[in-house]
Amino acid sequence: MITFDDVVKVYPGGGTAVDHLSLELPTGRTTVLVGPSGCGKTTSLRMINRMISPTSGRVLIDGQDVAGEDEALLRRRIGYVIQHAGLFPHRTVLDNVATVPMLLGRTRRQARTDALGLLERVGLSADFAKRYPAQLSGGQQQRVGVARALAADPPIMVMDEPFSAVDPIVREGLHREFLRLQQDLGKTIAMVTHDIDEAIKLGDVVAIFRQGGVLAQVGTPRELLEQPADEFVAEFVGRDRGLRSLSFDTAAGLPVRPVSEAPDLLLDDAGRPAGWRTGGGAAGTFTSADSLRLVTDLTITSPAGMAVRVGPDGKAEGVVSHHDIADHLVRRRETK
Amino acid sequence: MNLSYLLDPAHWDLADGSIPRLILSHLWYVLLALLIGTAIALPVGLWIGHTGRGSFLAINAGNAGRSLPTLGLLMLMVTLLGLGLAPVLIALTVLVIPPVLTSAYAGIRTLDHRVVDAAKGVGMRPWQVLTKVELPMALPVLMSGFRSATLQVVATATVAAAVGLNGLGRLLIDGLAVNDYSRVLAGAIVVAVLAVVLDLVFALAQRWVVSPGLTERSSK
Amino acid sequence: MITYLSNNGDAVLAALRQHIALALIPVLIGFVLALPIGYLGVRFPWLYHPLVNTCGMLYSIPSLALFVFLPVLLGTKILSPLNIVVALTIYTVALLARTVADGLKSVDPLVVQSATAMGYRRLRRLTDVELPVALPVILAGLRVATVANISLVSVGALIGVGGLGQLFTRGFQLFYVEPILVGIILSVLLAAAADLVIVLLGRLVTPWTRFQGAAS
Repeated sequence: MITFDDVVKVYPGGGTAVDHLSLELPTGRTTVLVGPSGCGKTTSLRMINRMISPTSGRVLIDGQDVAGEDEALLRRRIGYVIQHAGLFPHRTVLDNVATVPMLLGRTRRQARTDALGLLERVGLSADFAKRYPAQLSGGQQQRVGVARALAADPPIMVMDEPFSAVDPIVREGLHREFLRLQQDLGKTIAMVTHDIDEAIKLGDVVAIFRQGGVLAQVGTPRELLEQPADEFVAEFVGRDRGLRSLSFDTAAGLPVRPVSEAPDLLLDDAGRPAGWRTGGGAAGTFTSADSLRLVTDLTITSPAGMAVRVGPDGKAEGVVSHHDIADHLVRRRETK
Repeated sequence: MNLSYLLDPAHWDLADGSIPRLILSHLWYVLLALLIGTAIALPVGLWIGHTGRGSFLAINAGNAGRSLPTLGLLMLMVTLLGLGLAPVLIALTVLVIPPVLTSAYAGIRTLDHRVVDAAKGVGMRPWQVLTKVELPMALPVLMSGFRSATLQVVATATVAAAVGLNGLGRLLIDGLAVNDYSRVLAGAIVVAVLAVVLDLVFALAQRWVVSPGLTERSSK
Repeated sequence: MITYLSNNGDAVLAALRQHIALALIPVLIGFVLALPIGYLGVRFPWLYHPLVNTCGMLYSIPSLALFVFLPVLLGTKILSPLNIVVALTIYTVALLARTVADGLKSVDPLVVQSATAMGYRRLRRLTDVELPVALPVILAGLRVATVANISLVSVGALIGVGGLGQLFTRGFQLFYVEPILVGIILSVLLAAAADLVIVLLGRLVTPWTRFQGAAS
């Protein structure tokens, strides 16, 4: 666990960057610090590995004040990923990844063997090992950056806007892999972003900062969307927070109508949806495990105004319209 | 350190061979060579930079110029053409051309091409693009080439005394010939000061002619 | 020219040997001195501008002036080769100290930052990350310094020690073009060869630069 204990950072002549921050980042979870620029999120992040020292207050890792530790040794057990990856241009991909293990005194051979495994882990083939960073795309560089941070198997990862320098499609892919990796590894992660969507998507806990280094609210993404503490948080999470909070509910409780109520739906011989009589293309289908947000989206884009629920075998089980979803949400609010 | 020659007021009158006269003749050589050399090299460098034709020449001129031994060039010219100002001036001019040519070329080539595109985009004619956009933006690089040419010429003009010309080199060469170290020292000090001051003057001139938008100062 | 060379082969060779020594020893000494000096200009930012200005001033002193001034300062004999070596070392340091400082400053701050965050201590970060990344810039400066030194050595002939420069003074005194041409050609060839060696060595020690600017 990482603990901020009444931390203040004042820059000489530059005002307050972090204002009496107390915050706990749970072990094995991803905590995302998010807020507008100048809100002190990056400053706070960089106090964890002592790239910045607090003016007052303490930062603790598992109860140990980081101020009491040797800087270099502390940093070697905290993985660090930054925007644009910050890869060493003069080293091959493999040697970039092997950096920290080598600093920790492992043999070059051992470090390189481990590095090769890590590359695979972040979705890069062994072909990339001998290349230099300049030969990689932005997304590939970012993957190498993550592999490099993971190389010494640090219990803690500090990530400063790790995905903001790549285009949206690549970012989407990196997000998926990040979630998959984190599910396997269970690191204690502190991440900074200015993108609230990214924070909600990746964070187990999200801490929203406001200008002047004040913590506005901390909670799970769902808490932030459903019960914003004040106007600022409500505004920051966005006007469409109601719609977005639907991402946290599955369609399991959503009642469906029998397929017979959708005469325009085409089924193949096996009973699987094949399309709509009125328009081309596949029918929008979902399973009980998909989110309500996805189902809502499908009903909007479907030519018949309906989405089709399918079972594990792919057979159509029922249909819903956006009216059905609206009714479901009203009933849910009433029962709460 | 014997400064008697330098401090003797008799050497500071305006008679032939006095320090002020030697400074003047030194500056005269430098100025002539810079004018002629720049008049030749600047248009060529700008043209190559603007059109991109002959880049190979422009890139390598700087290196080749640096590797030319100045004393050899000077003595070759005098041996071929005889004593006098003209052969020395040719040698000095040859030294001015490479750095000015290369920096004029580099100044234009390293410009942000988007700015040049924008200049064309707002309807400037090629001549206007060159004089209103490319040249002003290339000035910092161009001036640094001009300054290194100046240093080169000031130094080589000192050597010109070895082939019978005036200039501050006289104090060094004559002093050495008659073992008058006080005179040698005076020459060394005056020519060093002259070089430093001249470079300073051009540095200030650069500050004055280069748009503040192109220097670090503007970002503060 | 061929006849001149065949009649004076030994003398030309001796002059060439002296030229190489007088030009390259200062490059080596100057390079070693410039590294820590340039580093100081980056480590202590307030030192950078004084350093650059001092280097610029030293570099602008004409070589002949420095050659004849040094004996006064060092107490050496005016004919001592040491004067040439010290003078050229000063030029080399003046040129390279600035290049080293600029090279180190040109290292992407993100790279330095990530090295720090990965647990590099200052000295090792300098030797393992910052210097190697700055190497292409430093080597470019080394090329300039080497070529400049090779051409400057000949001026020393005016005070009696000048490698190939002696061919110039000899030819000039006899009003005889051959030795001057031989001297110029050898001097230029030597500069080109030294330049080429540095370029090739540079490629060998900075293999990554070949790919820069290639991919996005």
